[in-house]
Amino acid sequence: MNANDYLALNFKDIKDFSDLYPQNRREFLKRLGGGIIICVALGEFLAQAQEAGRARGFGRGLPSDFNAFLHIGEDGRVTGFTGKIEMGQGPITSLPQMLAEELDTPLDTVEMVMGDTALCPWDMGTFGSMTTRMFGPAMQAMAAEAKAVLLELAAAALKIPQTQLTARDGVIFDKENPEHRMTYGQLTAGKKIERHIEGKPPLKESSTFTIVGKPLLHRDGRAKVTGTAHYAGDIRLPGMLYAKILRPPAHDAKLKSVDTAPAKKIPGVQVVQDDELIAVLHELPDVADDALDRIKAEFDVPEARVDDKNIFAHLLSAAPPANVLTSGGDLEAGRKLAAKTIETTYLNSYVAHAAMETHTAIAQIEGDKATVWASTQNPFGAQGEIAQALGLPVKNVRIITPFVGGGFGGKTYNQQAVEAARLAKIIGKPVQVMWSREEEFFFDTFRPAAIVKISSGVDAAGKMVFWDYDVYYAGERGAQQFYTVPNHRTSGHGRGWQGAEHPFHTGAWRAPGNNTNTFARESQIDQMAAAAGIDPVEFRLNNLSDDKMIRVLKTAAETFGWTPAKAPSQRGYGVACGIDAGTYVAAIAEVAVDTKTGAVQIKRVACAQDMGLAVNPEGAKIQMEGCITMGMGYALTEEVHFKGRKVLDTNFDSYEIPRFAWVPKIETVILEAHDKPPQGGGEPAIVVMGAVIANAIHDATGARLCQLPMTPERVKAAIQVV
Amino acid sequence: MADIISFKLNGKPTQLKVDGERPLLWVLRADLGLTGTKYGCGEGHCGCCTVLVEKVAYRSCLMPVRSVRDKDVVTIEGLEQDGKLHPVQKAFMEHDALQCGFCIPGQVLNAVSLLNRNPQPTRAQIIQGMNNNFCRCGAHTRILDAIQSAALEMKGGPAK
Repeated sequence: MNANDYLALNFKDIKDFSDLYPQNRREFLKRLGGGIIICVALGEFLAQAQEAGRARGFGRGLPSDFNAFLHIGEDGRVTGFTGKIEMGQGPITSLPQMLAEELDTPLDTVEMVMGDTALCPWDMGTFGSMTTRMFGPAMQAMAAEAKAVLLELAAAALKIPQTQLTARDGVIFDKENPEHRMTYGQLTAGKKIERHIEGKPPLKESSTFTIVGKPLLHRDGRAKVTGTAHYAGDIRLPGMLYAKILRPPAHDAKLKSVDTAPAKKIPGVQVVQDDELIAVLHELPDVADDALDRIKAEFDVPEARVDDKNIFAHLLSAAPPANVLTSGGDLEAGRKLAAKTIETTYLNSYVAHAAMETHTAIAQIEGDKATVWASTQNPFGAQGEIAQALGLPVKNVRIITPFVGGGFGGKTYNQQAVEAARLAKIIGKPVQVMWSREEEFFFDTFRPAAIVKISSGVDAAGKMVFWDYDVYYAGERGAQQFYTVPNHRTSGHGRGWQGAEHPFHTGAWRAPGNNTNTFARESQIDQMAAAAGIDPVEFRLNNLSDDKMIRVLKTAAETFGWTPAKAPSQRGYGVACGIDAGTYVAAIAEVAVDTKTGAVQIKRVACAQDMGLAVNPEGAKIQMEGCITMGMGYALTEEVHFKGRKVLDTNFDSYEIPRFAWVPKIETVILEAHDKPPQGGGEPAIVVMGAVIANAIHDATGARLCQLPMTPERVKAAIQVV
Repeated sequence: MADIISFKLNGKPTQLKVDGERPLLWVLRADLGLTGTKYGCGEGHCGCCTVLVEKVAYRSCLMPVRSVRDKDVVTIEGLEQDGKLHPVQKAFMEHDALQCGFCIPGQVLNAVSLLNRNPQPTRAQIIQGMNNNFCRCGAHTRILDAIQSAALEMKGGPAK
């Protein structure tokens, strides 16, 4: 069977989703027909990560029986099921690579079914660069178990001891007499075997890998270049209507009056008013849009207190007390040892996710069951949210996740899916909700505005002697420094990236917290290097003892062709290091600064990372390039403008994201670490982009930028005070 | 206010009875089920909705459907000929010039239009020609490389 057959089977044949709910998943397994089914209780592999997710409120507990499985059909084709989703980060390629490797089957016989709450094991969501490092091992274990079953079957069928058999390319054969052989299809035909893994089966040595570690092209490439890849907005259902929803001008605006009569005059338009939800629906989306324009609504908008200028003062005045994350030595003693002390406050503004696909969903209600196709990073979260909104049992709600057109942390909440489900229930027809770009900016869970205050010192020999670090609102990810400084304290203020102090919702944005923390830390390190009159790469190496970081930094420097010089050298070179999702990264950039306009052009970036085993090195490099390119945006232009709780940016005219003309020459290096477990790849390289550019601007001009984004106005202003 | 609008769509004569003021984007996506053409911003900034009209790239979100009357319109679904990918599609695949893929139909069609006008573009001309198509995942360098190699394949000679 191929992946689409599972979906088709389910659409047509399964009337009761409760059959598919984990407690009853055996029912589902029966429907799969013959072959081999391997189930694994993820407890062994995933409990820690999933529990962490549950603690963050992402969902319910782990199903108690089994919660991941693999099916080898009677035709020998292999399907892995995962609650993770594909949004461009590449698991549609890398997870089958891991399965095919352990199974010794050709990659093209392996497919994934992803993000379908009826078919796939519960999952807390696709974020935190966790798919490969957390879920991959379970996939490998299932494949290893499946191969053990196939070897047993072959031994019986060929009457040859298992020790004398070996597997390659979907065939098991006698090592001594290779024509004694059976394909996986021959072995599974007519069989019905279900196995549950107890404990961890032995896995292959990484040195023997032939599929994992090989660079592969995205498997969804053809579908995506031909326009046949389906996203949530591309699902068409008979009788479906398109909905447009009345929105307030600001988050705290109250509806005073509304007149929907002019909208109703358009033939075919239906108006729904359900508590705060006022929507127009039509069988054509643009007509629904016209109808929305005709609604006359008045809102009370409270006086704006905060805006994008005074937000930092507001946040600091409302800041929660410090929570000390780590400390060591004696800060006061350290201060006395310092030949140079530097105190700096670093700022960054709210940043939008701005995925090219806006939040979209289509919902169909049949009786007491709901099926929703949603652009989401969190299908099981959407399932819970919709069940609650409709008053249905969770098991009666099925979320199907087609390709997701970019997420970056912005699609972990599912308001649009809840809206579609509510409207579908009221109107009795399938309803699509596709947010406009303006709605996308309005409801985005922005990366929070944040502040970092650092006081640090360096002695006459160029050694860091103290480090006093306070981060406000960004979150703690990446706040821990990794240099050898004897007297140090790192504190966090605020509960991660969310807080009532913000004028709108904030949330996780690609490598949440770490972009802010690495910008501040690595800018401060550079300031100390400059104060000590030491080359910034050499200064870092003098103050590092972590061999992994030293190796990564040296590799980046070699790749770039770094030659030592004290900053500002006027060459426009900058360096920054970071750790994210278990991966170590270092980048070096060259920039050109137009001192008249303050415009910054990034000419080249060399980036090295140690991510353990890179399952698909090509996919990992693409993620690094994506991080570097996307990271230029928050570094140089991206900043949400607002007044009170009204978001002033409504489209890409005022909110500028990176474009082709910005793109530097990019060189990426993934350090050889085949024998180490895989670490995160989708986020790490973005964390260094703020500091690497800030440090390069300083090297070019002597101007130190302490606020992101480094817009031409801010760069010009900083140059003027040098 | 229904108009009768005849045009060629992906090589086939097509006749629609629609309000001619409606945006081509939504006629393609909703009336005709050609969902490869994407909505990204609705104001012509991002290029996700790019289609070819008489071989030239246009933003279908800003285009009333009446403006394609008697014209030759190609969407991403119509670029493949007899089961053979267009060299630009092939180059995007070979260079892995995509991630989430949502902007890719617009990128591919804009690149085809660029190469129609200028079969041997320099890197700088490619950048200039693609600069108004947005990609949030950051596939830019690979997209530029893909277009360069598609130009080579289509022309059989190096770009100057």
